[in-house]
Parts: sequence; structure tokens; C-alpha cells
Amino acid sequence: MSHKLSEFVARSATSLPEALSLLAEPADADRGPWRPLAGGTDLMVTLAAGTLPVGRYVDIWPLDELRGITVTDESVEIGALTTYTDIRLHPLLAKEFPLLGLAAKETGAIAIQNRGTLGGNIANASPAADTPPALLAYDAELELLSRSGPRTVPYSRFHSGYKQMDRRPDELITKVRLKRTPSDAPGHTVHYYRKVGTRAAQAISKVCFAAFARVEGHRLLNVRLGLGSVAPIPLRCTRTESVLLSAPLDEPLIRRAEATLAYEISPIDDVRSTSPYRRRVTLNLLREMLSRCQVRSDST
Amino acid sequence: MKEPDVLQQESPIGKSPPRKEGVAKVTGKAVYVDDLPVAGAIYGATVRSKVARGHLRGITYHPGVPWEDFHIVTAADIPGENTIALIEKDQQCLVDTTVNHPEEAVVLIAHPDRELVERARRLVELHIEPLPMVFDLDESLEGEVRVWGEDNLLKQFSIDKGDIASALASAPIIVEGEYATGAQEQLYIEPQGMVALASPKHGITVWGSLQCPYYVHKALATLFGLPKERVRIIQCETGGGFGGKEEYPSMIAAHAALLAWKARRPVKLIYDRHEDMLATTKRHPSRTRIRSGHDEHGKLLALDVDFRLDGGAYMTLSPVVLSRGGLHASGPYSCDHIRIRARAAATNHPPHGAFRGFGAPQSVFAIERHLDKVAAQLGIDGAELRRRNFLLQGQTMATGQVVRDNIDLPQLLDRAVAMSGYAHKRAEFSRLNAEAASRGEPIRRGIGLASFMHGAGFTGSGERYLASVVAVDATPTGIVRIRASSTEIGQGKDTVFTQIAQDALGLPSSMIEIIRPDTAEVPDSGPTVASRTVMIVGKLVHNACLELRRKLSEGGLLGESYTAEEFAAACGIFHQLGGPLRVESQYQQPAGIDWDDKKYRGDAYATYAWAVYIAEVTVDLTTYETRVDRFYALQDAGRIIHPVLAAGQIEGGVAQGVGMALYEKVVWKDGRMQNAQMTNYIMPTSLDVPDIFVEFDDRATRLGTNQPHGPRGAKGIGELPLDGSAPAVASAVHHATGAPIYAVPMTPEDLMLAMETVR
Repeated sequence: MSHKLSEFVARSATSLPEALSLLAEPADADRGPWRPLAGGTDLMVTLAAGTLPVGRYVDIWPLDELRGITVTDESVEIGALTTYTDIRLHPLLAKEFPLLGLAAKETGAIAIQNRGTLGGNIANASPAADTPPALLAYDAELELLSRSGPRTVPYSRFHSGYKQMDRRPDELITKVRLKRTPSDAPGHTVHYYRKVGTRAAQAISKVCFAAFARVEGHRLLNVRLGLGSVAPIPLRCTRTESVLLSAPLDEPLIRRAEATLAYEISPIDDVRSTSPYRRRVTLNLLREMLSRCQVRSDST
Repeated sequence: MKEPDVLQQESPIGKSPPRKEGVAKVTGKAVYVDDLPVAGAIYGATVRSKVARGHLRGITYHPGVPWEDFHIVTAADIPGENTIALIEKDQQCLVDTTVNHPEEAVVLIAHPDRELVERARRLVELHIEPLPMVFDLDESLEGEVRVWGEDNLLKQFSIDKGDIASALASAPIIVEGEYATGAQEQLYIEPQGMVALASPKHGITVWGSLQCPYYVHKALATLFGLPKERVRIIQCETGGGFGGKEEYPSMIAAHAALLAWKARRPVKLIYDRHEDMLATTKRHPSRTRIRSGHDEHGKLLALDVDFRLDGGAYMTLSPVVLSRGGLHASGPYSCDHIRIRARAAATNHPPHGAFRGFGAPQSVFAIERHLDKVAAQLGIDGAELRRRNFLLQGQTMATGQVVRDNIDLPQLLDRAVAMSGYAHKRAEFSRLNAEAASRGEPIRRGIGLASFMHGAGFTGSGERYLASVVAVDATPTGIVRIRASSTEIGQGKDTVFTQIAQDALGLPSSMIEIIRPDTAEVPDSGPTVASRTVMIVGKLVHNACLELRRKLSEGGLLGESYTAEEFAAACGIFHQLGGPLRVESQYQQPAGIDWDDKKYRGDAYATYAWAVYIAEVTVDLTTYETRVDRFYALQDAGRIIHPVLAAGQIEGGVAQGVGMALYEKVVWKDGRMQNAQMTNYIMPTSLDVPDIFVEFDDRATRLGTNQPHGPRGAKGIGELPLDGSAPAVASAVHHATGAPIYAVPMTPEDLMLAMETVR
């Protein structure tokens, strides 16, 4: 640690209004603004590495109103403090939004899954995070709250650059909203999630590929692709999606989709992998995902 | 006293009693160095060079902490020689004027507030004027930039058998190849650390996490210019070593003691994982070029090996790592014409050091991959090619050493092939792979093998020079105390020594006490390395216990057979008659062992363990990820003292070998490790480790047809599994994909590139 723990200020919020009013306080000259602290699974790593800025942290973990999963006929709302474990164990999520449970299962160790939160995973804004690709594939919406009231943002527009996001310092992410697919919707659904992290557990992804598709016959009626670790942000690949929706799924279309996806992503060389590997594997995963769609369409 | 040839019914040898120190470990009572409560301790930290080579021009202590409250040590504060004495004295303890690698210690600081020390460390600025640097071992050997001695050569030697030049010239088939292995972290669970008390009046006492108390002892006596009896080294409970705590603990102990000496206060110097990964030693990276000559049946007619190691900035243990590597470079194969040229080159990496296997995993990887290349070129199955070339009893190895043991490697191979279903799977996987390829499917399966040996104990005359000693004494109540400097580092030494003592004395485990290694309490039994603890030191324990028994029976106090109570009573009487009841046993080289250090001729090791390992893999060409599905490990390691612990050694070694083969890649930049965190240096998790099937073949030992070097015919086992695991895995990946895998670690990124050369 380069900073003494005693130099940090942390306060446990006893109510949501209290947390919001702390976040609304002007930045302190020495210690900056108040910043939210949820499960702490990312902040503690940077604290131990000595890179966490000395500052003021409001602990929102006690705020139970930000926790839990609410199901209505149209949507599922997941509180920002819902843990990976909560997500893994939820039967309706497992049935209708299985990518979230798969992502949660791939995140860290059991202890991290018990403590880490969905809202924290979003707010940490790592391009290598495991749940954002799934949230992109499900076209999630975020609800943010400040003293001036709530605000809704499509998750696909939330991240704007490396560690940049559409959240003001006085705002908290309070919930994630997923729209349910009506049971009488045409076609059938394909969910695809694959995290490539070189080892079977405790890995940080080199490439993460999540996809949701509605398939009828040889056509995709709907498709959403969410990718991790191939761009400065968790990336929704809308151009590739458009190509895939433009014609029946055949080899020429797959080639066009591959070419488009290669253009949409911008993977880098870093300590974990190489740009050519990430690029090649991303395209291989697209093909694998589409083969699942083809299998389903062939059998119907 | 003549040893009985047959184990007594009640002998604990070959049984698996619970770990002697196990309960304290699993209940959290075991005290590791950072757990030691030290009243009045201050905390040390190390300021490192960060630049790989240069002249130290100055040091600035930037404001931000109360520097006047800090204790600061530089090279100028060293009372004796500024060196970490090992084989040579070329490594400085603290940088004086010249920096030779980026993790060299320059300034030591200490303060009672642990957090403040870390902040202060970041406020020390070193002014280093860079000098030309070398990071590539072949560039170092070219010698254009001189970074060590006259020619950057830390050590070179050559092993010559027969006439290599004419044998290569006349061989009908020549196969050539180049093979490489990377650096690897030991990744013991407990990072390194030391506690030191030191003053001119009281001398020096150090507690720490370490493998070799007498190495630290020698280094500190030299550094402080103190007589040996003024330096005391005590081993704390140690959370693993794998060679990583062989030589580097001397450095940390030196730093802690220097701070304590200057501050006149106890000092705790504990590395976190990041610092440990950055600064402490790793496995030597290697490159090996092999040219071999064969007849059309694959028989080895000539073997020419050029084996090179990157030693890093200082000599440390590189000469002996190179020796072991060179001596294992021709594998368990018979060949009349061999040349092994071995060189260790200095670079500006932090010094590479001891790691389980100690050079052999590098050279065994090369020869095993080369034989697969030969097999592919000649269209012979890899198992069959090896069978045709195995050493037989009575034949000579590269150094001219005659194989005296009753080894039957073809039979060992047959058994491994049978237990794994190798022949069937090899054919079946080839068929399935061809089908998958024709359908454009991504899954490939493969099976591959390696056969190899590992010499037990120190190389060459090492054991003779060490002349290790074990002492055994008994209290008036009959408690037998084993005094050896061999350390318990998770391998089960305390348990196995207890079994060996019980076997010699016929006493229950509760009457055997293993004294914690402390240079004030135990003699120098040599270091805990080189697969020597059971075979060499265990034999001394056995001999000393027999001697103790003889002492009691000679005095008429003990009969031929006795109960525990009778033994205790005899000890009581002996003490009353004046005692003390203490004996020592010193290593004596067995007759008929002869080694020439200069020419590398003769008996390189007293004995060898022999093994055949087989790996089965699945490769997914969507992601180029390899999964090792099953692993078969069959070995002749002589008598197995504790089957559960021995199997654990093999399983752990295979896991480390799988890491070496597929996962563990040190990313270097300007001589520094870039991924010194366990999130980015990928070691396999339990989910990545295959099902491992371990079997021991000790028939020759039971039949009494082998030379019994160790207690009851035990041989070394600790390092063996590292030698053959990586080449077996690489062989299986080669079979699965057809990709030429001649370097490890082979990450998915590497396999992707290699696949571009495959049709």
C-alpha cells in the first residue's frame, strides 16, 4: 500500500437519501468527491496494489432497497447490489436470461461471487468484465438515481470510452432492467456465452462473447452481440447484427458478418493476450455462435 | 550393524501415517514467519533498481514522510563483504556502484509503521545512468555486450562419448531441431520473508521461510564478517519452496539483518506476492539445439546437443543447474557417440535459480520433443522409437557411467502403455481427428508420452564435498530426537523421517521427535534440494538410529528385541550412568562411485529414478485452448516410504509440469516481469489439472536387485515429475493438431501461430 488506510474516509450509509446527499456534496479539495463502495471486490484490489486514490467512500452495502430481483410480466429488475451468487441462484434468470448466470459463474472465486455486485461490475467499467457482454446481449436498461430523481439509460450507450461512462458523480446505479420475451414471440431463442480466459476458473477474459438471437427457419429475426476484452469498452456490435439480419443465414452471410465484426472490434496486445489472437478467436466464436443458430434452424 | 534385508511386519515403511505437522497446519496453529509476534519490531522494505544495467549516480529521498524517523541502509553500511556468498561471490547484497538487473536492492528502509514504510519506498528516487543491456541468451553468448566477466559465460562444459563427428558423418539419417523452455515461477503458497535480530554484541539471529538454513548461515557470516557461532538461522513453518527458497532467502535474511544491525531493533522483512514474483528467482529459460544420427529403424547412432541457459545477472546456482541439465540431456537412451555442449550465459534479467528439476526439465523437454520429431520423420511410433533406444543394465550413459541397477525400461514402457491405453487411443484419436477436420469441426484429441530419468542427490562429487551429518539423541524418557537441517516445506519430511527412525528403532511415532532446523540445534545435513532428503539424509537418519540402538545394546541395556517401555528404561539408565546419549552419522560415498569434475566423466549420480509419463489432451481450435484430460505417471523411484505423500509429490509435480507446458508464461519487458500477479501469470487451477493416475514400480527394489542407496532402497522422487510432464503434454498436442510444438509454455496464442504451419 502506498497510502495509509487511515487517510481514507469511509462512511456506511444508513439510508438511500443519505447516500445520495453525500454523493451530491461538492468535491473536497484534498480528498475529492464521495465515491460509492459496494461489494468492494474491485476497490480492494486497487487498494492493495496502492493505486486506489485516497478519498471519501460511501459504503452503500447496507442499502437493502438496492438489492434483489423483481419479476413483472414485462420485465425483470435486478437491484444494483444483487450479487453474482444471487444471480446464479435465481430460477427465472436461469430460464429466461441464462447468460447472466453463466457470466456470474465465470466471475472470480466463490467468495468474490458472494460479495461482488452487478452494479459494481457495471460501474467499474472494465472492458474485461464478465457480466456486461450478457447485459448488452439482453439490451439491458440502467436506472440511475440522484437527488434530482431517477434517469434511465440504455446500457448499450452507457460506456463511452475506456473507464468513461454516462454517470454523474452524484448518481448511483440503482437497478438493471431486462425486457422479457413474450412466450408467443415468433421463432425460438438462442443464448450464447463463452468466456476465453485460458484457464477454467479465476480467469480474466481475453475475449468474452455473449449473444442473444431469435431464429426462425434460416433467418435471424433478432440478434444482439455483446463482446468483452476486444475494445476499450464492453462492446455492442450493431453493424454485425445488421448484416446478420439482412439475409438468410448461409456461408456468404457469415463471411460478411465476420468481415464486419473484424472491423467493429479493436483488440489490443497486452499482458494477457495479443491482438491477432483476440481477433481470430472473436471471429471463431461468431462462427460457433451462428452454428448453434443453424443447428436449431435445421432441426425445426 | 548389518541391516536386515526384509522389512519387519510392524515397520511403518510403505504405510501412510498422517502428516506429523498436518494438524497444526490445517487448524491454523502453525507459525509462519509473518505470524511471529516480535516485540518492538520495525518493518523493512527494499528499494530496487528498476533499471536493468547502469551506474548508480545518486539517491534522492523526496519529502512526504518523516525521514528522520526511518532507518536507512545502503552498501556503505555493510560490516563485512558486500556479497551473497554462494558458489562465487559475484552477487552484491546491495548495489554499490553498478546495477546489473532491474530488481537489485539499492536502499533498505525500516520504520515501525508498516504502511508508512511502503509510502517511503516510493519516495526514494535512484539516479541510474543506463549501460548497454542484454536480455537474449544467444545475444549474450555472441558477447558483443559484455555484462559478466570476460565473455558472459557463467559456466560451460562438454560431455564427450565416442566420436561424434564421424558418427554424424556416417549416419544414414540426420534429424535436427531447436527447442526452448521459458522462465517459470515456483509459486509456493507463502511468499518469502525474514525476521532478524542483530547487534555486534549478540550476533545475528534470523527466523524465516527457507529451504537451506546453512546456505543462509554461510551468506550472513560472510556479509557481517562474523565467526560462525555468532550467526544463528531458524526455519519457521514454511509454505512451500520448490527451489524458490533455496538461494534467495539468503538475500532477504541479509537485508533484514543489515537493517536490524543498524537500527538495533528486530526487523520484519516480508515480501508480498508481487514483490516475490518480481524479485525472487525463476526457472532458467533454455534453448537446446539437437542433431542426431539414426539408422532407418530409428536407432540412435549419434547425438549432438547444444544446451544453453539464461542465468540472469549473477552466477548464483547456474553452474550446477547447467550440470544437471547437461547430464540429463541424452535421456534414458543408449548411444555410443554423444556430445553435449552446455553453456550458461549471463543476461540482465534477475538471476534465475533453483526450481524443482533444476535444469533437467529443460533438457528432457528438448530430447523428448526431438525424439518425437525423429519418430514423425521416420514414420515410427514414438513409443516404439524409444523402446528401440532404451538404456539397458550394463550399458553406459553419456558420461561413461555404467547402469548398474536392474532397470527394465521396455517393461516400464509396456506397463505405461497398457495402463493408459496408449496404442488404441493413438489410433482412435487420429481417426477421429481426421473426421473432425473433414467436417470442419474444431475438437481434436491427442495422446503423447515422454520417458526420462532423474538423478537423485547432488550432482557428481557434490555429496562427497557436502559430507552431510545427522545427529540423533535420546532423552532419559526415551524420546528420540532427530537433528537434521533438512526442512519441512510441505513435502512431508517430518513424517517420512519419523517413519525411517521408527523402522530402525522399532518405536512408536510418538517417541520420535523431529527437531526444527535451527543452526544452533542441528548439524549441517546439507540443503533440502536435489531429491536428496529421503535418499541421502534419510539414510543418515536410518544409520544414526541404528547406531543409537547399537550404543544401547552394546552396553547391555537393550536386547535384540524390546518394547517401547524397555527402550525408555534403557535410555533412562544410560543417562544415569552419565550419558549423553547422542550419536552422529556422516555421509560416506558408496564404494564404486567415481566422478571426474573436470572431464564430466564417471558416475554423475549414485542412482536414478526412471519414468514413463503419458498425457491425453483435448484441443479446441475455436479458441486454441488445450485441456489435459488424463495423465498417467509410472515410475521406478525405488522403495516408496510413504505412498500417499509420494503420490502427492507426483501429482503436484505433474500439475506444475502442466503449468510449465500450457499456462505459465513470464512476460518480460526490459528485464522486468510484467505480469507479476496471479491474475495475469496463469497457473492452472484445480479445474485445469487432469485426472492423474500415479503408479510406482518397485519390483527391482523388492527383489533386491538394485543398489540400495537410500533407506530401504528408497531413491529421490521430488523433482522427477517435473522432467517428463511438459514434453508429454506437448507430444499430445502435437498428435492432436499436427502443430510443431517445440517450445513451452505453449499458450493458445502460440498454438494459433503454430497452426498456420499445419495444412
